[in-house]
Amino acid sequence: MLQQLFFGYYAFTIIILSLLVVTRRNPVHSVMWMLLLFFHIAGLYLFLNAEFIAAIQVIVYAGAILVLFLFVVLLLNLKEEISLKQFVGSWPAGLFVTGLLFVSVVSVLGSYIQGPIGKYSIAAVRSETHTKALGKLLYTEYLFPFEIASLILLVAVIGAIVLAKRKLRS
Amino acid sequence: MNSFLEPILAPFFGLMLTNIVIILIKVAIVIGITLLHVAYATYWERKVIGFMQFRLGPREVGWFGLLQPIADGVKLFFKEDIIPATADKPIFYLAPVIFFVSALTSLSVLPFFDGFAVANINIGLLFLLAMSSLGAYGIVMAGWSSGSKYSFLGGLRSASQVISYEIAMGLSLVGVMIMSGSLNLTEIVKAQSNYPTGFYAIPQILGFFVFFVAMFAETNRLPFDLPEAESELVAGYFTEYSGFRFAMFFLGEYTGMLIMSAIGTLCFLGGWTLPKFIMDLLPFLSELPPIVWVVVFLGKVYFFMFLYYWVRATLPRYRYDQLMNIGWKVLIPLALVNIVFTGTLKIMGWF
Repeated sequence: MLQQLFFGYYAFTIIILSLLVVTRRNPVHSVMWMLLLFFHIAGLYLFLNAEFIAAIQVIVYAGAILVLFLFVVLLLNLKEEISLKQFVGSWPAGLFVTGLLFVSVVSVLGSYIQGPIGKYSIAAVRSETHTKALGKLLYTEYLFPFEIASLILLVAVIGAIVLAKRKLRS
Repeated sequence: MNSFLEPILAPFFGLMLTNIVIILIKVAIVIGITLLHVAYATYWERKVIGFMQFRLGPREVGWFGLLQPIADGVKLFFKEDIIPATADKPIFYLAPVIFFVSALTSLSVLPFFDGFAVANINIGLLFLLAMSSLGAYGIVMAGWSSGSKYSFLGGLRSASQVISYEIAMGLSLVGVMIMSGSLNLTEIVKAQSNYPTGFYAIPQILGFFVFFVAMFAETNRLPFDLPEAESELVAGYFTEYSGFRFAMFFLGEYTGMLIMSAIGTLCFLGGWTLPKFIMDLLPFLSELPPIVWVVVFLGKVYFFMFLYYWVRATLPRYRYDQLMNIGWKVLIPLALVNIVFTGTLKIMGWF
């Protein structure tokens, strides 16, 4: 019962906060609601016994990415920004596509099959600590996808530097 | 602590409530002691810097000026609370709270001696990094919401400074994580006390150096106090704050210093333990009551605090581009080299 209550709280609050993020007129206020949203997502991870992911969620998303968002938003001319209309003209099209997506998700919910239970049950993860279990899996069984992901990130870093340098030269 | 309090409280509250009450008592003890420490850290800072500059420091209020921090607190409490007309009010109210709360929340995972932490969690070190990154929001929001140029520049400087040095700080602690094989602060201290040198500062000298420099930048202290550089920005991000809202920034900054000192003590200087070879030489030490180990821990924390004051009295402020160059071009590569070294040696079985 308590579990359902917790999950219900997080799911409901996350939806409300996401709506607040997209509807605020002042972008700085949007960013602050988003910060709260990230903390709720981290709470959801904690609820799933994924403590490492929860910490990383806060450090990477709230601590790094969102601060960069804030950095850009702070440099905007807010006085003009606030007087603008907050929705672009094509929002009904966006709403339509989202609605279709929602319908398709709901329609496939009935054919949900629970997957086989792996060897990492909650008790096993708890006894080994989540960080250790995750690290072992990433560096043994899933080493190849992990390396691909890091290569993609490296490409993005190099790309950012190349773009910045080109602007500097011209 | 738990085994001591449980029989006393259980008859009054019942089993489930007892745990909550014990946690609340622990929280009250930790916050109370920390705020007392913060108050006297300011006194001690003024005394130390005073003597370093051939002055006497505070000496009018009370015996040797010992009541000065309390007088300052009372003064701040009774000052008028001024809000600028151009301020964004909700965020202006919220910013000092975010800053102060993130500093106090970090206290919850610090073990002061074996078995005394408000929450002994497995990801203690990551939790501390997460909370220190949350503190940056307090500063940035304060700078932006004040509606003043000085505050705004201070907030912007702080945002980029804290992001840059957080990377260096996180990477410098990875060496400690590799050596101890854990993110739990209690486990890290226990692993250190069994290590031949007794603390990780010796094999991890590179990591310790990076941590030490990043520690100053993370807490906005000299020589990296650019977000509040007095000669350029009045007081930086908290220029427009007064009264108790200003006090929250002030308390948050000193709590942050105490937390950074505690992280340094726990991860590099062996926490509340003494090196194993000393314990083997003097076996009677292990019989001592836990209060002795709290004193050992606090002594190491005070040592770090003294270094903060010493550096403040000695070094001039860096320029902003120098700050960025040190962070990205010196500290981060050094920390990466340290990780590669430590990892290689760990695989070869030397650590």
